[in-house]
Amino acid sequence: MKLNSPLQVYKYLPQINCAECGDATCMAFGAHLIDRSKKLEDCPPILKDKYKKKYIELQTLLAPEIRQVTIGVGENVKNIGGDDVIYRHQLTFFNPTAFAYDVWDTMPEQELIDRVNKISNFRKFYVGKFLKVDMVAIRCVSGDAMKFAGAVKKVAETTKLPIVLCSFDPVCLRAALEVVKERRPLVYAATEKNWSEVAELAQNYKVPVVLFSPDLDKLKSLAATFQEMGIKDLVLDPGTYPQGKQLKESFERFVKLRRAGIKEGQKDIAYPLMSIPLNAWLVYKDAVTASYWETVLASVFIVRYADIMILHSLEPYAMLPEVHLRDTIYTDPRTPVKVAPGVNEVGSPTKDSPVIITTNFALTYYTVESDLSSNKINCFLAAVDTDGIGVEAAVAGGQLTAAKIKDTFAKANFEIKEKTTHSTLILPGLAARLQGDVEDVTGLRVMIGPPDSGRIPGWMEKNWPPKQK
Amino acid sequence: MTKKIKLSELGSLFGGLDIEALEGVKIEGDVELDLGQMGLNPQMAYALGHETAQMAFHLMNISRILGYPIDQMLGSPAQQKPVRPSKLIESKFGVARNEDWKTPIQEVVLGATSSDGGSRKSTVTLGGEVALPYYFDGPMPHRNHITMDVFDMPINMAKAVKSNYEDVINSPAEWAKKVVRDFGADMVTIHLISTDPNIKDTSPKEAAKTVEDVLQAVDVPIVIGGSGNPEKDPAVLEKAAEAAEGERCLLASASLNLDYARIAEAAKKYNHVVLSWTQLEINAQKELNRKLMKQCGVARENIIMDPTTAALGYGLDYAYTNMERIRLAGLSGDLELNFPMSSGTTNAWGARESWMVSSPLKEDTDWGPREYRGPIWEIVTGLTLSLAGNDLFMMMHPTAVQVLKEITQTLYGSKETEPVNIDDWVSAVV
Ligand code: SF4
Repeated sequence: MKLNSPLQVYKYLPQINCAECGDATCMAFGAHLIDRSKKLEDCPPILKDKYKKKYIELQTLLAPEIRQVTIGVGENVKNIGGDDVIYRHQLTFFNPTAFAYDVWDTMPEQELIDRVNKISNFRKFYVGKFLKVDMVAIRCVSGDAMKFAGAVKKVAETTKLPIVLCSFDPVCLRAALEVVKERRPLVYAATEKNWSEVAELAQNYKVPVVLFSPDLDKLKSLAATFQEMGIKDLVLDPGTYPQGKQLKESFERFVKLRRAGIKEGQKDIAYPLMSIPLNAWLVYKDAVTASYWETVLASVFIVRYADIMILHSLEPYAMLPEVHLRDTIYTDPRTPVKVAPGVNEVGSPTKDSPVIITTNFALTYYTVESDLSSNKINCFLAAVDTDGIGVEAAVAGGQLTAAKIKDTFAKANFEIKEKTTHSTLILPGLAARLQGDVEDVTGLRVMIGPPDSGRIPGWMEKNWPPKQK
Repeated sequence: MTKKIKLSELGSLFGGLDIEALEGVKIEGDVELDLGQMGLNPQMAYALGHETAQMAFHLMNISRILGYPIDQMLGSPAQQKPVRPSKLIESKFGVARNEDWKTPIQEVVLGATSSDGGSRKSTVTLGGEVALPYYFDGPMPHRNHITMDVFDMPINMAKAVKSNYEDVINSPAEWAKKVVRDFGADMVTIHLISTDPNIKDTSPKEAAKTVEDVLQAVDVPIVIGGSGNPEKDPAVLEKAAEAAEGERCLLASASLNLDYARIAEAAKKYNHVVLSWTQLEINAQKELNRKLMKQCGVARENIIMDPTTAALGYGLDYAYTNMERIRLAGLSGDLELNFPMSSGTTNAWGARESWMVSSPLKEDTDWGPREYRGPIWEIVTGLTLSLAGNDLFMMMHPTAVQVLKEITQTLYGSKETEPVNIDDWVSAVV
């Protein structure tokens, strides 16, 4: 965005401090616009006619450096791009890389349906939410427009996920667009050869379109030409070569484009970038090797600037690291590492429920909590203030000690001997070496839980309730 | 959607700007232009009078250059004929090098050959970068290196890892040989975990013997790791350093919660390199590096940092950003942070996704075979940190080592392969 201080934003706001936005002052709201935690539309007054001019000006000035492009419609709509920084610690990255998994028009129908369902049903629970994948990319392998359109129709009937139409043949693309035009699919791709016809399609069907060229001069030419034609919802594919020097150069192109777009404000190429890790399959035929290498390529380009990518492997060992790495890179670094220390109830614990110790490192805490609640274990979960460090490291570094544990219960006014019938604490397996200390300091019985909270259910079956002494 | 604006308003909007096009143009009265109607249609504009038309055009151009949303005001170009250029607009793409990166990362040599008072066949040089890894801004003088873990006693390992080491698990020397000979390790890390008073309480003297055995067994540079017990480690590393005198081993680690001065002293006395370890905290890393240099007198060429590696899904976001910030600070001139970095990539095996048979949560899609999950977890953890600037990787699984080498050396530029044509990837049969 073109503004970088709340004061600059303030000049354009109504300056009446009416607090309708939820902030006490326009200045405070301005700070939220700068860090992009609120939208201009959260200020009702500025939407009034009186402020229209300022609203439009501010809207432009606040627009992200990289254009945000919308794919799909309705509840599964996906935005890509929209970034303002080149390192996540400078603010945060927006719109996590969209993962489109491929199907192709020569697949037998049932296989196609099964594969699409597999894509749309994938989920991995993580810190209070499900990690999922986003789109289906349909590749035209047959070269037959009717066949392609048929496959696209089937996909559209099977899933609500946004669709990417992949073909370099404008005839095939047109046939497919006729079938799914109201779904606002992403069209892949215009090239040096077919650009004129594909541009016409983008104009007529009003859909976003990918421009493909590994030659950055040509890619920029394509982008400039499309812009001239009034087509603004563009995505750039600078080529993802799967190995050797070509891969190194691919990497450099992503870095160059993003730097030019954000740091140098080169509007002509300030569009979302697309990577094709699927190209790993062009060089590796063995499925495991290809899946591994595809995951490697995906990782490189998740970190360095791909806003959308097309993938092939549906193996869990490929998808799990991919969705986790995307979450890693796109998690807002401004959210705190720690949860508030204290003793919390999970489910509805009684006096017979176990008291489990963990740290206040947010990831540890939420992992343990979701393992407990998902397995319907009612208990008290104590988050010890370890400065947001995980169990193993905190034991090694002296942030998780017997004294700290005792202190946590004292500060929470949680008298274990009164609140429980068993006077027992359960330490994480990775903190086993503290057992003696904790027993001495608290005078309670101390049991050692499993090293991973995922194993608490099995551990409970064997060890809980504790045998009477 | 057609928006009406008054020309005079537009004029005053840009009134403060020194715009040539506005000079000499007089606005008579308040001409209201319907921009939606006019659009870019020259005839329509002409009809409104030449002077006004010219002005409107200039304004629109200026507006566009200034980033004013003229196209929004113009609304839908429904009445216009779409523009159809007959050929592509010629363009040249260019981007500048990053001028903030003026300070190279310190070069550090691990291992010493006989000519330098050691007995290693080869040495490993880390650092020397002048840009983020693999960037075009400047040459990256040294590739990434991998040191593989060896333990001085059998330990708990994920099944997928363990199966590679069952034959050598009782002999650190054989274990070390195996990782170098069979798995292509650039270096070996001997972890003296049995010295922990809570494990076996092996004496420093006995531990030093193990170090000697490993130095005998392999001729690559080595890392000497303690047990992580802050009371015991200084004594253990001291003895080990003495036994390995002159070999330029990496002593792992000095940290703020143990007597780092003793470790620094041992490194200085017996010619080794210190691993400066902090926990995901850039300021703590600065502080420890400063103490090692200023207070303990460790030379710059004898410091490597371990800012802590958290596994993918278990804090890698902090580890990644911490490393990236450290590297950017170093390149931009922070002389307390411009050191090579090392990652305990093996920590990836702490992630349940790498070793657990299946998900503990019923809602999850099937996790598939764990044998494949583990190595890729280690690879992605390492690869992500390599992009943040990490130089040296401490790893465990042979497949993970191969793949990480392949990708880091490809991005480094030393992998030659046949060119691949990707132009028809869309119709490829895969
Ligand atoms: S709602 Fe708008 S006008 Fe009211 S205080 Fe917030 S920013 Fe200011």
